[in-house]
Amino acid sequence: MSFAPEKLWWLLAQGSMILGFVAFSAMFLVWWERKVSALFQNRLGPMTVGWQGTLQTAADSLKLLLKENIIPSGADKLIWWLAPFFVVVPSVMVFLTIPFGEKLIVHDLNVGILFVTSVTSVCVLGIFMAGWGSNNKYSLLGGMRSAAQIISYEVPLLLSVVLVIMETGTLSMQGIVHAQESGWFILKPNLAIAFLVYLISATAEVNRVPFDIPEAESELGAGYHTEYTGMKFAMFFIGEYTNLVIVSAVAATLFLGGWQGPILPSLVWFLLKVYGIIFLLMWVRWTLPRVRMDQMMSFAWKVLTPMALLNLLISGWLMVNS
Amino acid sequence: MDRYELMGEMDTKDIKTGEGWFDPAHHPSNHPEPVEGLRSEELIVNMGPQHPSTHGVLYLELRLDGEVVIDCRPHIGYLHRSCEKIAENRTYTQFIPFTDRLDYLGAMNNNLGYVLAVEKLLNLQVNERVHYVRTITAELNRVASHLIALGTFAQDLGAYATPMFYCFNDREKIVELFDELCGGRLTYNYMRIGGVQTELPAYADKYIKDFIKYERQKLKEYNELLTYNAIFLARTKKVGILKPEVAINYSVTGPMLRASGVKWDLRKEEPYMIYDRFKFDIPVGANGDSWDRFKVRLDEVSESLKIIEQALGGLPAGNAVSKVNKVYKAPPGEVYLRTENPKGELGFYLVSDGGLKPYRNKIRSPSFSNLAVLPEIIRGLNISDAVCVLGSTDIVMGEIDR
Repeated sequence: MSFAPEKLWWLLAQGSMILGFVAFSAMFLVWWERKVSALFQNRLGPMTVGWQGTLQTAADSLKLLLKENIIPSGADKLIWWLAPFFVVVPSVMVFLTIPFGEKLIVHDLNVGILFVTSVTSVCVLGIFMAGWGSNNKYSLLGGMRSAAQIISYEVPLLLSVVLVIMETGTLSMQGIVHAQESGWFILKPNLAIAFLVYLISATAEVNRVPFDIPEAESELGAGYHTEYTGMKFAMFFIGEYTNLVIVSAVAATLFLGGWQGPILPSLVWFLLKVYGIIFLLMWVRWTLPRVRMDQMMSFAWKVLTPMALLNLLISGWLMVNS
Repeated sequence: MDRYELMGEMDTKDIKTGEGWFDPAHHPSNHPEPVEGLRSEELIVNMGPQHPSTHGVLYLELRLDGEVVIDCRPHIGYLHRSCEKIAENRTYTQFIPFTDRLDYLGAMNNNLGYVLAVEKLLNLQVNERVHYVRTITAELNRVASHLIALGTFAQDLGAYATPMFYCFNDREKIVELFDELCGGRLTYNYMRIGGVQTELPAYADKYIKDFIKYERQKLKEYNELLTYNAIFLARTKKVGILKPEVAINYSVTGPMLRASGVKWDLRKEEPYMIYDRFKFDIPVGANGDSWDRFKVRLDEVSESLKIIEQALGGLPAGNAVSKVNKVYKAPPGEVYLRTENPKGELGFYLVSDGGLKPYRNKIRSPSFSNLAVLPEIIRGLNISDAVCVLGSTDIVMGEIDR
C-alpha cells in the first residue's frame, strides 16, 4: 500500500467515521440494552433524560469523563494504565475490514477474516493486564478466568469460520458476502451448525450471560475492571459493546449474507442484521443464569470443539467427493 | 474509679499494634492445613460486608486454593442493635415494632410469633376471626418472603435481575395489600396482643383470590424459566449438599432442613393457632442440595396459597380488632413459644417478674443456625458454588445480629 500525503485526509476522515460509529453504537447499545432488559422485566428503563431516556448514556458518559481517575496504590502502573487501550484499540481496528455496505468498506483486505479474528484476540491481553495490574484479588480471578475462557472459545469459533472459508475459498470479507448471492449460508445445514457454534462461542468471547464468568457480579464484584474509575472504566465498557458489534457483524457477514437484501439500501440491511443478532444475544443475557467456570470450559472442549471439528470433517469430505 | 485503674494496667503496645485484642488462634494465618502436598499459594478473600451477594452486612472470610474454598468463616455483628436488651426496657406492646426488624422480609410472621408468646404468657384468648386474619396475613407474608428468596437466589446465579424483578412484581401485590392494612410496606407492626391493628378491607377477599389465581400461573412460569432450565440445574443440582444429620446437629430449621429430607414443620408438628384445620402438604427435598432448597421454597409458596384459600373460605364474621389494653401486667413466670417462620423456627423466650416489662426476652432466630452450618456445606466447593449455596440458604442479617 503506497502512502500518498493527499490520501492522509481521506484516511483521517475514514478513521473518524469509524471512531464516531464505535462511540455512537456503544452509547446506543448501552441505552438499548437497558431498554430491552426493561422490556423483559416489566419495567420502563431509563425515562428521565431525553425522550424515553435516549440521552441517558450521554449524561452517563459526561459523568464518567468528569470522574476522578483513581490509581490503586499497589497497582502495576504501566500495565494498569495500558490495559484499557489494549481492549479498545483492537476492537476499533477490526472495523477496517467490516463491509458495512456494497461500497462501504475501508479496506477490503485479501486476508480480511484472518485479520478480524487475530486482532480481536488481542483484547484478552488487555483484560488479563487489567486483572494483573490492579493488584486486587477479585480482579486477578476475573482476569485469569477471562484469559482461560476467551482462549478456549477461540478454537470452536475459528473452526466454524474455517468452514465458511472452505465454502467460499476466499478470506476477503467482500468475497464472502458475494459468495452468498445465491443464498445465505445459514440456509445450508452444515453452515447452520457452524453458525450456531459461532454464536455460542461469540457469546463467550464477549463475556456475556451465560458466559459472563470473568465479571460474575455476584461472585467477583466487577471482575477485572473492579479497580477502574471514570473514563478508564468507560473504555472497558466501550470495548465490551464494540466487541458485541464486531461478533454480530462478523456473524451477519459470514452467515446471513452481509449487506445483501432486497429494496432497502445495503447499509440498512447490514445494520438490521447486526442489531437483530445483538437483540438475540440480549434476549439470552436477560433470561439465562450463568454457568460455572469448569462447566463452561468442559462445554467448550467437550461439546463445541468436537462438534465444530466433526462438522468440518464431514463437510470437507462431502466437498471433496461431490 | 475502677475503670480508670484498669485502663492504667493495659499495655499501650497492644493498642498500637492491635495484638492481644483477639485470640491469635483465630487469625487466618494460623488455620491448620487440611491437605498435605504440593499446592499453590492460598488466597484469602474477604467477601463482604460490602459485596453484591452476601445479602446484607455478612462478612465471609474465605480461604481459597485457586478457586476452591478451603475454609469459610462467617463474621457477624455488623447489624447488632441489642434488640433483646431493648425488650427489657419496653412494655410488651411496645416491643412489637422491634420484631418487625428481625427478619424484615417476614415481619408479619415475627409479629405473630411474639404476640402469640405474650398471649401465652398472659393466658389471653382471642376470637376466631383474629386467628383467621392472622393466618391469612402471615401466610401471605411467607409467600412474599419466599418470592424474595427465589428471586435473589436466581440473581446470585447470574440470571441478571429478570427473575428477581418477576418475583418482586408478584410480591408487590402482597405488599400493596399490607400497605392498605397497616400503612407499612416492610415493617408492618400489624399484630396486637389480643387482636390485630385493622380489619381486612372490604375488597380483600376478591383481591387475595385474584392474587392466588395469578400467582399459581406465575409459579408455572418460574418452573419453565428457572427450575427445569438446563443451566440452572447444572449450577444447583448436587451443589452444596447438606446432610440431614448435619442439619439436625446444627439445629437448622425451615426450608433448609426440609430440603435435606427431614419432614419437620411446626405448623404440622405442633400446630399453633388454627393450622390443624387446614389441609396442606409439607414439601421435602431428596438430596439437600441447592436445587432442593430452591424447589422446597417454590413448593411452599403453592402450599401457602392453599392455606390462604382455605382460610378465606372459612373466615368467620366478627371483629378482629378487639379492644386491647395499652399495657399488660404479666404474671410471674416464663414461656417459650416457637412458630414456623419463612426462614425456619422463630422462638421467643419470655421471662416475666410480674411487672409491665419482660425480665428477659430471648429470641431464637432461624437464620443464625442456618448461617452457622454454611462453612460445613461450602468447604471444598468452587467459589461460584459457594455463592450459589449462600444464596440458597436465604438468610436475613436482621435476625442473625438482632
